[in-house]
Amino acid sequence: MKIIQRLLVAAVGVLALAVPTAWAAGEYYKPNKHVWSWEGPFGTYDRGELQRGFLVYQQVCSACHGMEQLHLRNLGEQGGPFYLAEYPNANDNPIVRAIAAEYIVEDGPDEFGDMFERPGRPSDRFPYPYANQAQGRAANGGAYPPDFSVIVKARKQGPEYIRSLLLGYDYEPPDDLEVRPGNYYNPYFPGGLLAMAPQLQDDLIEYPDGAPATREQMAHDVVTFLAWASEPHMEARKRMGLMVMIYLLALAGLLYAAYRQVWSNVKH
Amino acid sequence: MSGPSTYEPKTGFTRWLDKRLPIARLGWDSFVDFPTPRNLNYWWTFGGILAVCLMIQILTGIVLAMHYVPHIDYSCASVERIDRDVNFGWLLRNSHANGASMFFLAVYLHMLRGLYYGSYKAPRELLWILGVVIYLLMMAAAFLGYVLPWGQMSFWGAMVITNLFGALPVVGTPVTEWLWGGFSVGNATLNRFFSLHYLIPFLIAGVVGLHIWALHVPGNNNPTGLTVKTGADTLPFHPYYTVKDGFAIVVFLIIFAFFVFYWPDALGHADNYVEADALVTPAHIVPEWYLLPFYAILRAVPDKLGGVILMFGAIGVLFILPWLDTSRVRSMRYRPMGRWFFLFFVIACLGLGWVGAELPDNKVPVLGVLGLDFLWMGRILTLYYFGYFLVVLPLLGLVEKPAERPASIERSVLGKDTFGAAAPVAALAE
Repeated sequence: MKIIQRLLVAAVGVLALAVPTAWAAGEYYKPNKHVWSWEGPFGTYDRGELQRGFLVYQQVCSACHGMEQLHLRNLGEQGGPFYLAEYPNANDNPIVRAIAAEYIVEDGPDEFGDMFERPGRPSDRFPYPYANQAQGRAANGGAYPPDFSVIVKARKQGPEYIRSLLLGYDYEPPDDLEVRPGNYYNPYFPGGLLAMAPQLQDDLIEYPDGAPATREQMAHDVVTFLAWASEPHMEARKRMGLMVMIYLLALAGLLYAAYRQVWSNVKH
Repeated sequence: MSGPSTYEPKTGFTRWLDKRLPIARLGWDSFVDFPTPRNLNYWWTFGGILAVCLMIQILTGIVLAMHYVPHIDYSCASVERIDRDVNFGWLLRNSHANGASMFFLAVYLHMLRGLYYGSYKAPRELLWILGVVIYLLMMAAAFLGYVLPWGQMSFWGAMVITNLFGALPVVGTPVTEWLWGGFSVGNATLNRFFSLHYLIPFLIAGVVGLHIWALHVPGNNNPTGLTVKTGADTLPFHPYYTVKDGFAIVVFLIIFAFFVFYWPDALGHADNYVEADALVTPAHIVPEWYLLPFYAILRAVPDKLGGVILMFGAIGVLFILPWLDTSRVRSMRYRPMGRWFFLFFVIACLGLGWVGAELPDNKVPVLGVLGLDFLWMGRILTLYYFGYFLVVLPLLGLVEKPAERPASIERSVLGKDTFGAAAPVAALAE
């Protein structure tokens, strides 16, 4: 017995030594946990967060990151940041029309075969910052800023990862990592080096609703907006899910009762 | 079908029809009056569940194909358009993508039930083999479908799998290029994969027809593995098993709906929302969860051709399984040693799935202390996987002493004292 006990103690000791080294081998940090309003089976996007998040995207991110799959009208569709019940057709939504009109988009060709510029309309796509990938690379030191249409779904633990990344520039790089000009150290990014400079600073933008524009608040809001952009029908999905679940549970109950009834006179 | 038909046409039209095309008789004999062992447990409900899965995949797939564009430049965008702008497109796509996982979940439980209760043994060898054919077709359909959204995992998954054929001696390169329709995975590949992805479900439906036909000749196996001897052993399929299967199907749909409505991307991979890029290899290429065990077997062998042979062998061995198992006893219920080997087989399959999801060089948690990495864990489990079929089942039947079995299905249900107390003849008359 003594020997077994000693062996067990030794095994636990070896494990205790081995496990931390295994963890330390990981090159970058796991995203920090965060609480979002849209989590859980009943979670919805907070309109204020969505609207502020759109502002952050529009004034900060959109300089480098496009959203190819989104149209401006999406902003005013059900579940979107600027949805108004009295404008079920988002193309009529005055807020969205005003946002769209701020952009100048290229249209055409006209009857002479020339391209021309006009103010944006809700039916237009979000304006893309680059004409093509090569231009995007050239403008950013060789690193192409990824499209944001589905960015939250396209990253593991998307919302937490993006928030941690945005706020993750305050760490000292390890001694063996050379940070060259044009690169920034961020331990949440695979490999630790990324070409995006820190973007969020306190009071970088002014929120019209008076919310304090801290770094944390802006990161929270823009991730909420990007989550909506990745999945604009999330609220509809959960609403329908509730109805489907109620229906299926009731049907299962009825069928179980029928099953008991049918089998009641038979041994099995 | 087993036994004389009890169908009696009641109206003038059904009598007229019965003389010309006895389709109502076929339906009656197959799904109403069909004599079914009275002791089937819930593991027997997965056949009906799988039929529902196939129908869901075909119906959602047909509508998705109306909106999908099989072109490397537009495929990704068309999938996003389905999610965003097609009415209930998100529902269709979530159902179809998660439906594949649900289909495999059900088929694995269905197969394990067959393995445990010896449903592959005489006289059901062809029934089992047709099932393995369906499973093979399912894997092909799932792989082809996963390529269609043209995300990073789609592209690199297609690259890895098609390159496997390159390991074949002499014909390897021509066969691979023939599959690609070019010199790499490209637009021609995507087009033919879409075409084949649309074709295979209908092939599956055809083989399912044969599978049900082959089932209805010898009739169902059952948890005791005993052959049906008298009418007292069975109940008519309707209403006894229609209501039981119906209940099980709805419970299964609740799990299905949970994923579709509350966790739609849980079974997918984030990288597949990144558009395919031939210049950027994902850090970690993994197949969908249901193919992970085979991926682990593939990687267990240092030689590429050897890995490919072993991977296909893992399915190939299922074809000859009916002749590998030498035990006279069907059900593991009465095989005191066999059931332990079976339990370890299930653990080995799950373990292989785990190995397939990890990098081979990583150490296994806890066991890593002993120097066990996932590569070696995969090798050990692969050895057991093949050992179970090629060594354990052939030899065990010769040395194992089966436990005592009841005299009949009816006896196993009713016990010795109450013999004949509730004859199903009364139930039939209802």
